[in-house]
Amino acid sequence: MAIDTVTAPGPTQASLDDLLAPPLTLRQLFWRRFRRHKMALFGSVLLVVLVLYATLGAFVFSESYANFTETGIRLQAPSAAHPFGTDTVGRDILARTIYGGQISLLIGITAALIETFIGVLVGALAGYYGGKLDNLLMRLTETMLSVPQLFLLIVMAKFFGGKVPDLALFGRTFSGSVIVIIGIIGLTSWMYVARIVRAEFLSLKENEFILAARAIGTPRWQIILYHILPNSIAPIVVGATLGVANAITTEAYISFLGLGVQPPTATWGNMLEGAYNYIETAPWLWIFPGILIVLTVLGINFLGDGLRDALDPRSRAA
Amino acid sequence: MVCGMPSILAAGLPDRDEESMMTNLLELKDLRTRFHTPEGTIYAVNGVSFHIADGETLAIVGESGCGKSVTMMSMLRLIPIPPGEILSGSAIFQGKDLLQLSDRELEHIRGQCISMVFQEPMTSLNPVLTVGRQLTESLQVHLEMDKLQARGRAIELLDLVGIADPNNRLGDYPHQFSGGMRQRVMIAIALACNPNLLIADEPTTALDVTIQAQIVELVIRLRQQQGMAVIWVTHDLGVVAGLADRVVVMYSGYIVEEGDVFDIYNRPEHPYTQALLAALPRSDRRRENTRLKSIPGAPPNLLVEPSGCPFAPRCPLAAQDCRDANPVLSPVAPGHRIACWRGGDR
Amino acid sequence: MLRYVVRRLLQAIPMLFVISIILFILMQNMGDPIATLGGRRLTRSGDRERLTRQLGLDKPIYVQFFYWLVGNDWAKIDLDGDGIAESYGRREGVLRGDFGVSLVSKKPVLEVIGERLPNTLLLMGVSEIVIVLGALVVGIYSALKQYSVVDNVITGISFVGYSMPIFFVALVSMYIFSVNFKRWGLPYLPTVGMFDPQVGKTPGQVALHMILPVFSLSFIYFAAYSRYIRGAMLEVMSQDYVRTARSKGLPQWMVVYIHAFKNACLPVVTVVGLDLPFLLAGAVVTERIFAWPGMGRLFLDHVTRSDTAVVMGILMLISVAVIVFQLLTDIVYAWIDPRIRYE
Repeated sequence: MAIDTVTAPGPTQASLDDLLAPPLTLRQLFWRRFRRHKMALFGSVLLVVLVLYATLGAFVFSESYANFTETGIRLQAPSAAHPFGTDTVGRDILARTIYGGQISLLIGITAALIETFIGVLVGALAGYYGGKLDNLLMRLTETMLSVPQLFLLIVMAKFFGGKVPDLALFGRTFSGSVIVIIGIIGLTSWMYVARIVRAEFLSLKENEFILAARAIGTPRWQIILYHILPNSIAPIVVGATLGVANAITTEAYISFLGLGVQPPTATWGNMLEGAYNYIETAPWLWIFPGILIVLTVLGINFLGDGLRDALDPRSRAA
Repeated sequence: MVCGMPSILAAGLPDRDEESMMTNLLELKDLRTRFHTPEGTIYAVNGVSFHIADGETLAIVGESGCGKSVTMMSMLRLIPIPPGEILSGSAIFQGKDLLQLSDRELEHIRGQCISMVFQEPMTSLNPVLTVGRQLTESLQVHLEMDKLQARGRAIELLDLVGIADPNNRLGDYPHQFSGGMRQRVMIAIALACNPNLLIADEPTTALDVTIQAQIVELVIRLRQQQGMAVIWVTHDLGVVAGLADRVVVMYSGYIVEEGDVFDIYNRPEHPYTQALLAALPRSDRRRENTRLKSIPGAPPNLLVEPSGCPFAPRCPLAAQDCRDANPVLSPVAPGHRIACWRGGDR
Repeated sequence: MLRYVVRRLLQAIPMLFVISIILFILMQNMGDPIATLGGRRLTRSGDRERLTRQLGLDKPIYVQFFYWLVGNDWAKIDLDGDGIAESYGRREGVLRGDFGVSLVSKKPVLEVIGERLPNTLLLMGVSEIVIVLGALVVGIYSALKQYSVVDNVITGISFVGYSMPIFFVALVSMYIFSVNFKRWGLPYLPTVGMFDPQVGKTPGQVALHMILPVFSLSFIYFAAYSRYIRGAMLEVMSQDYVRTARSKGLPQWMVVYIHAFKNACLPVVTVVGLDLPFLLAGAVVTERIFAWPGMGRLFLDHVTRSDTAVVMGILMLISVAVIVFQLLTDIVYAWIDPRIRYE
């Protein structure tokens, strides 16, 4: 037999280099894949543009201008003075879309934060402790899921309507209805996040690294917070991102029905209220805020898609 | 019949001298398959040719990633076409080139003339259809049996592969069978229409050793009964010895040695084959040197376009001409070929 | 299987109970029913007190809820509002099927809902069929022709489609198919109501009036589902058992529609079942825009007028429907996927 020695000539330099190239860290892996996802990049750019529109635009127009009614020039078509036209009481639509954008985005992000927080809390507790607590929390979740969100929102909007005072922050006055809307959207959307988080916890807690942590006496809250939660961050991030889109859309729905944020505070949603009455005569009333909503949600959806692909732990492709 | 009656001769070894006079059941020539991935092109199969005669059992041996499964699936055009691509090659089966046939003609041949059994019995059966349904559909499609006939034949087949109580098992779903039993069902499905050629792609790799022995035994028995040719793909040299007539050894998408099973085991000529055999733990041959022998170096990187002999980085006999040009398969004895510039050297 | 269904139904009962309590509490502070009853005229304080006592609104919440649930025909209540409970009530309570009487129209709640319910069911039913069939066709086609131009175009439209809020789709479609068609002299689609009062409530009229609302309601879900189905089909088509089916020489249609599809529709069934609440919500908005006389509009009208009985009736009905639908979804899922049947 020709080969019976262990000291055969070794591998070439080229093949050694292959072996020794360091594996990418998770963060590097994430960025590589994210950058490759053209839609996600497009979505991110789109969102940045929209956020800039809403924030920088505030330096061009003041809030009082946005709320300034002048019935003499009501329902004017887009013109040089009013590039987006005027609404039913003569307010400049362009300015209102800027300030409305601020509110809509604010509502979207804040509500998403609230619902993510509640959802993670409920899901983590249910998933980790299991047993009776899990049962109870899941019954609660299912119960809340049995009534469609919009109906709940309508009822809750009426319930809390007019009870919350206006808030003055950052030089702007937020009508109480904004707080109400943020709160009730957050309170009725957490169930989806909770279910996802619970599923993650259920599967992760069986892992051996958790067993190891418990074996050395790590307190439970630390296990939940520092061991399991960071490993389930991917679906939470994706869920939260899509939650923003959902919140913006939901706010639009409820303001459209007249039960959401009350004028004069503008949101993209309430600018559309009653616009269908003027569909023939003044399409600019709804086209501009409508398109802005679609662009925002589209951008978030693209972004969410990209995040989902980039964060998927199962696909190790770089 | 579409594929002609399978040979019902007892599987004796074809006489080497007459080999060239027999028309081969399947002749694969110069198959090249690539995969286009975001990381680059994977050169999976780089010019593979072999043949198999009626009733013969051919083993294809090689480590994971050497391209043996891709070769089989390319022959039947089962690889996903983007990202896969069959660059060139021909697979002549009963006078027709499988790689050039229309989809419809290929569908006639698959399952009826050439059948395949796959490696993962746990996922290769459709979980939402009954086993009976998955058996009878080939019978109904290819042999145009009606429901009753097909059902009867399905029961026979289950019995043939050793499934107890076949009548009642027809209505069961795959998840109600164990891994070994699922593989038997897969074999039954593959044999349903009496194919000329059975391709078994690592059918026992995912199973326990005892089950493995049963499946091997089953295939040996069935091939004698049905008189069909078998291509058995594996990385386990131990299985090959008791099963194959001829052996093809693959490495990095190339064939490096090809020959009769006795020649391969007793007189391996290619350094890779020799290393493979030397690496087998042997309890019967105790020598002074009792360390397990492994092949030094790393498996080849398939993302690199091949040039030169693929085994050169790990070969003790490697010289400059090995790195410069890829050796061609040439005979070192009748019926025994190797691809090595040092061919025959000791 | 039967045990599973029964168990789920039994679990549903306490859930409904809890839902009704929560909703009832929320309904309490919804405005002033007395003002609604009184209409435009300001009610004198004396009248106000009388009405309050008559309607039982002066009782604590839990008593009101109790009466709502089991009726008050077995208890003495103050029917004439003079402060003395002397006669038996007339309500039988929800558990016996009596949802009370609408404050607005004075008719029994069930009758009020019953008038509008079929219209909503019609709208939603047709929409659901359009969505599912359409998404199946587009989704499967897209999956089979992956990477083709058509696939990319469909994917693009789908993304934009499900990023739009319903009312935007409604407004755009109204604008194009109604307003502008009219301007361009083309036959245009109606946008208001269920039928043209001058022509009468014929099937043709209803169908015509349904086109735009159904389109608005379905477009978004159609976009979302077709992507979803495409994804599910793509994933299934790359599975081992599909490769086995192809290796058996089965014709392409069998591989796609029987082997692949049966597996791919599992997640889709789940999604369709769970999306019912969203479809209902969409119906509310759509009915408002197109003045479609359905339950959604009824809900809005009566919430704004604090008509507790009707609102509670609708909400409970919806909850029951959602729970039943979820159960049906589970049953269909188990029917398709034998793996969970035997648990």
